[in-house]
Amino acid sequence: MPPSQPRVALLVTCLVDMMRPSVGFAAAKLLEDAGCTVHVPAQTCCGQPNHNSGDREGAKALGRTMIAAMEGFDFVVAPSGSCAATVIKDYPQLFAGDGAWEARARNLAERTHEIVSFLTRVMGVERVTARCEGTATYHDSCSGLRSLGVKDEPRRLLATVGGLTLKEMAEPEICCGFGGTFCVKYPDISNKMVSNKTADIAATGADLLLAGDLGCLMNMQGKLSREGRAVKARHVVEVLAGDTTTPAIGEG
Amino acid sequence: MSAMSPTTPRFKQNVREALANRNIQAALGNAQAGFVAKRAAARAALPEFDDIRDAARDLKNHVLANLADYLERYEEKVTAAGGHVHWAETAGDAQRIVLDICRKAGAKTVNKGKSMISEECGINDFLEEHGVRAQETDLGEYIIQLRHEAPSHIIAPAIHVTVPEVEAEFRKAHTHLDPGRNLSEKAGLMAEARSVLREKYFAAEVGITGANMLIAETGQSVIVTNEGNGDLSQSLPRVHIVMASLEKIVPTLEDAATVLRVLARSATGQEITVYTTFSSGPRREGDPDGPEEYHVILLDNGRTNMLGTEFQEMLRCIRCGACMNHCPVYQSVGGHAYGWVYPGPMGAVLTPSLIGVEKGGQLPNASTFCGRCEAVCPMRIPLPKMMRHWREREFEKNLTPSAARCGLAAWRIVATRPWAYRLMTAAAARVLRIAAMGKGRLASLPMGRGWTDYRNFPAPQGRTFQSQWRGEQ
Repeated sequence: MPPSQPRVALLVTCLVDMMRPSVGFAAAKLLEDAGCTVHVPAQTCCGQPNHNSGDREGAKALGRTMIAAMEGFDFVVAPSGSCAATVIKDYPQLFAGDGAWEARARNLAERTHEIVSFLTRVMGVERVTARCEGTATYHDSCSGLRSLGVKDEPRRLLATVGGLTLKEMAEPEICCGFGGTFCVKYPDISNKMVSNKTADIAATGADLLLAGDLGCLMNMQGKLSREGRAVKARHVVEVLAGDTTTPAIGEG
Repeated sequence: MSAMSPTTPRFKQNVREALANRNIQAALGNAQAGFVAKRAAARAALPEFDDIRDAARDLKNHVLANLADYLERYEEKVTAAGGHVHWAETAGDAQRIVLDICRKAGAKTVNKGKSMISEECGINDFLEEHGVRAQETDLGEYIIQLRHEAPSHIIAPAIHVTVPEVEAEFRKAHTHLDPGRNLSEKAGLMAEARSVLREKYFAAEVGITGANMLIAETGQSVIVTNEGNGDLSQSLPRVHIVMASLEKIVPTLEDAATVLRVLARSATGQEITVYTTFSSGPRREGDPDGPEEYHVILLDNGRTNMLGTEFQEMLRCIRCGACMNHCPVYQSVGGHAYGWVYPGPMGAVLTPSLIGVEKGGQLPNASTFCGRCEAVCPMRIPLPKMMRHWREREFEKNLTPSAARCGLAAWRIVATRPWAYRLMTAAAARVLRIAAMGKGRLASLPMGRGWTDYRNFPAPQGRTFQSQWRGEQ
């Protein structure tokens, strides 16, 4: 059982911080509704771009900054499967054998969670009070799905959103082609992958695309918008927190 | 492309060509989905499948920790049965050994079962150059041999070829063909290939096959096939050559059975392939058939250099092809774009290991790390992790493009200093917001054409989350 009012640090992620703060506020609301006290320690980036580009030392430098920022909280929660997975899965490997940092990295990894799985698995949240009229389809972002096993949790909570119908894609688990720097290093392949994804999204007839990672959402929404499709895109926590008034991604 | 001259360094150009090639795109589409569905069904039908994967992983780890020991035991058994084991350090060594055996056998024609090691060594071209005709007998290999191509998939070599393309190739090569004959279906093409290949089985003096496994306790080699061509290629000619890489060894027959239980299920979704053939050496007295001579060529070609490194686990690979069948990158561009023998995620790890990261470095970069390959690998090889290790090796060797290095260095400077990060993110959010001119998106970014050539860029909302949270103005 978690402490009755756990102190939770929001690992907001650099992308949400810069691109879409409303995701951070939605995450904070959900955490507070679940009984947590939410803190936002001054923070930057988890280091995933460096780590995935082979810059191990750079990744560790950013990792040390993040580890130091997140100490002293019961839990650390991120509205992103891929940033959470970097902290949970990669930090312990990056800092293995690195003196005191190894224990600090492990300790942070043990306290860190992706937000939707944190709400359901740790805080025992079974329903939300939000409403959202329409039909949504949910894309399983790769890290959340395959590194952290997040699959049913967002669907369970979305099923309790009033007015919302969930319509599955044929292949919700296939990568959208974002892959961080991959999408600009290999734009042709990325474009092929995201085109397959938008076709799958469009085939559901849904008017709303949801996912748990902003990078994937920006990639898919950017393609949907370029193709002139009317599907809107939001981070799943926005809908779960009842925020459907903020303009959707890529709008207004 | 050939094994001896990889086109991997021009991977990006290969990608563009593959994406623009309608036949490749048409051929890839359906085949891939079939592989995925069949593997999923096979896995679902065997509840202990994941436990067998663990057992297979553990047994191969044990082999790799005792590789020399098992190889020596295997050699002793083969020799005792009257066979010959040849150690080939390089592909060139393997070529010379094969040619030498062919010459001693007076061979004009060699029949071949499917063998990726033979592809890796460029055996067909080498034999042709020296006056020996190499005849592929696997249907897929036969098709691409007619087209003068390399395989584009390790278990489905002609997966990139459409049925009408095969028909055209057969009509060109099989001059006896009645123009009225219907060859628009796969079954008709198969019958035609079979009738042509049957005659060739009896002409060859030497047969070459690969090996899915070598068994140390018995000295046997194992091939798994669905067409029976491997059996005919190895038992009809006077001389049988097995070409295998070192890591194909398993300790016992029981261990071979463990690997077989995951191999076909992962590859084609079959419980077991139509033929699983064990070869134990040359024909013994009283045997009704079999070759008079039996040779095994054990190829290293860079594999022992992987032992003891972060790439050792790659040597567990049993070449089922599940990783490429589930890879969205492979699915987009097909196997030839990878530019050497092994495509897909396993190729992205193996290619830099075997031809050098200078030539093969593009491949481990061309991944989103989506992790589907690792999720389906029967040997639980952490493929994305090893691709990342290659990126680390490149970074250490200064092979990472300088623009990327500068970007990473700048990000490190900014993101280890929260004040610098605050200034930069606030400025970037504001500038992009203004540039979007109220539309919420940007149709082009001068510094980000890789993005905006194909998609719009959603504009930031305005102020950063952290500044809003803290109520800063």
